[in-house]
Amino acid sequence: MIPLLQSAQEHFGYIPRRAIRYISGVTGIPESSVYGVITFYSQFRLQPMGRYVVRVCAGTACHVAGAKTLVETVQDELGIEVGDTTEDGLFTLFTVACIGCCSLAPVIMINEETHGTLTLATARRLLRRVRRSERAKSA
Amino acid sequence: MKRIVVGMGTCGLSAGARETYDTLRELAEEHAGRCELTIAGCIGMCYREPLVEIRENGSRKIYGEVDAERARRIFEYHLLAGDPPEEDSLALSVDAGGRRVDGELAFMEPQERIVLRNCGLINPESLEEYEQQGGYRGLRKALLEMESAEIIEEVKASGLRGRGGAGFPTGLKWSFAAANAGDVKYVVCNADEGDPGAFMDRSVLEGDPHAVLEGMIVCGKAIGAGFGYIYCRAEYPLAIRRLNIAIEAAREKGYLGRDILGSGFDFEIKIKQGAGAFVCGEETALFASIEGQRGMPRIRPPFPAEKGLWQKPTNNNNVETYANVPWIISRGAAAYAAFGTDKSRGTKVFALAGKVKRGGLAEVPMGTSIRDLVFKIGGGIKKDREFKAVQMGGPSGGCIPHTLADTPVDFESIPATGAIMGSGGMVVLDDSTCMVEMARFFLDFTQHESCGKCTFCRIGTLRMLEILERTVIGEGEPEDVEKLSVLSEQIKEASLCGLGQTAPNPVLTTLRYYLEEFEAHIAEQRCPAASCSALVDFSIDPEKCTGCSICARDCPVDAISGKPKGLYVIDHTACVKCAKCMTSCNFDAVFKS
Repeated sequence: MIPLLQSAQEHFGYIPRRAIRYISGVTGIPESSVYGVITFYSQFRLQPMGRYVVRVCAGTACHVAGAKTLVETVQDELGIEVGDTTEDGLFTLFTVACIGCCSLAPVIMINEETHGTLTLATARRLLRRVRRSERAKSA
Repeated sequence: MKRIVVGMGTCGLSAGARETYDTLRELAEEHAGRCELTIAGCIGMCYREPLVEIRENGSRKIYGEVDAERARRIFEYHLLAGDPPEEDSLALSVDAGGRRVDGELAFMEPQERIVLRNCGLINPESLEEYEQQGGYRGLRKALLEMESAEIIEEVKASGLRGRGGAGFPTGLKWSFAAANAGDVKYVVCNADEGDPGAFMDRSVLEGDPHAVLEGMIVCGKAIGAGFGYIYCRAEYPLAIRRLNIAIEAAREKGYLGRDILGSGFDFEIKIKQGAGAFVCGEETALFASIEGQRGMPRIRPPFPAEKGLWQKPTNNNNVETYANVPWIISRGAAAYAAFGTDKSRGTKVFALAGKVKRGGLAEVPMGTSIRDLVFKIGGGIKKDREFKAVQMGGPSGGCIPHTLADTPVDFESIPATGAIMGSGGMVVLDDSTCMVEMARFFLDFTQHESCGKCTFCRIGTLRMLEILERTVIGEGEPEDVEKLSVLSEQIKEASLCGLGQTAPNPVLTTLRYYLEEFEAHIAEQRCPAASCSALVDFSIDPEKCTGCSICARDCPVDAISGKPKGLYVIDHTACVKCAKCMTSCNFDAVFKS
């Protein structure tokens, strides 16, 4: 079932209600159990995500390098809490247990790109740069 | 012809190796015929990424911190003029005989590379390069010259113990699975490296995927299994990609599939992607996850050797364990057992991170002291601050204080300190790290990752977390220390799997070695490391402050005063320590003291 959920998420960007119904139909597993598996694993989302998924690493090395204040700074800059998406649908914010780039701590990942050795100020600048380039694109 | 090798592991790519590679590719195309461009996995010097290596007639010169601009310069000097400039210091230089001769030898010298033998050396996407380094020679020997029982005896004689953390003798484990009759058996490779601060397995998978496949096939032959699963984190997309390439190539070359090397032995390997649950590192939870269920542990016995995946006899080891196997089979158990200590043979890979100058991957013989790892290999503490402790074993481990830095790393000495060997994450802490906050951090992690099956793990860790949360804001109560010890014992006793049984370790080691820090938080509302926001004073560095006034505008209690373009000051009596000024400052001018 997990590969089915993963491909659904890859296709839709999240797992919509109708995908749960469909997977339940083809596997014969009750919808409630499918839902149980979805909520057990942190990879699966029940809500659509923003165009940029920001993952702040909260691994041990990043933690001792100040990841906690970094998360607060990113929350403040984006105006959302961890797990939420901005109103314009641009950013979704998560924390992640470890990206494995510990020697570059603290690290954040924006979509597939990793940015390391950040300070609170450079993290803000980074997010603003993304936002500016998006505004320029739409204008 | 000169060969240019760009380190393209995840750490290299994060540091910008893609741009370096693209620049070099343009140059190499421009000067076609003069050099050859290729890639390699991570050599372990993460602190110097991106790394570029130039090889010629067996000698290797490795440059560190190569961005596009530096790549252009190196190409010009080293490849076109053949005369590297002096200021372009080398990260490492190896002569034609394989001896290390220059550069940051201190990082490489104490290392013995068995698991990492090919990492950073070969192109992980090329089966030929793996074979040139002696790859699949162990498999050939195991399939064509050895009986199953002989393979198991050889692994037993090498003294190899499980590298996932528990240290169970690998040969013995294999013999259990071999002893169970059944026509269907499985070989499982745990590549769900979930410990925050650990990235050894990722580097092996990205840098030398064939070594893991070869180890698994040998295991299949030894226990009589025909099918293998690699359970890999979805957070490691590059590792999965390279594994897929490796499996495809091995199948084409006849190392996987039917009648391998004409021996009559069949074996297939499939990759299963994990979906992000720490508990799936526990073997029975991992099996449940492969089967498509919620990853919750089962009661043992029956042990996996009897009833594992799909209720069939199963052998489960982690990535590093399997990567050792081909070396042991081809070079012999005695060569392996020559490394390490009496009871812990061989080598161990450590991921050095945290407040250490040279962070990266290092493989050392078992029994090397923590001090050697931190100071000789790691180069000491960043900014020359004071060495306080190392955190080993992630959320299941604990902090080993600097006073015990001469402890050798092996399966006997580390558990005696209250921490665990774990999979090899070693996070170095300096005097700016609060140990109570560190304990809270790990409890927060295990609390979140508890699968919820056992009451003590589910609720007990939450109660412990609540106590630690109030301690770090100075609202701890004198009886909390006692409560934490009692809860710890109960959780250890009443949890089914390793996650719960080890969850209290970070708290227990902190209570054992840093009781005075707990007491300072509780009795004096003071954080000795000046780290816990609620217990410190926030101040503005006049050197960095530009007078932009943003902190004063953001302060919810108007505790910051000053004039635009002038200097701003925080009134400590009015400050409520929300840290808003610190996070809103665009110039990193606010600091804790």
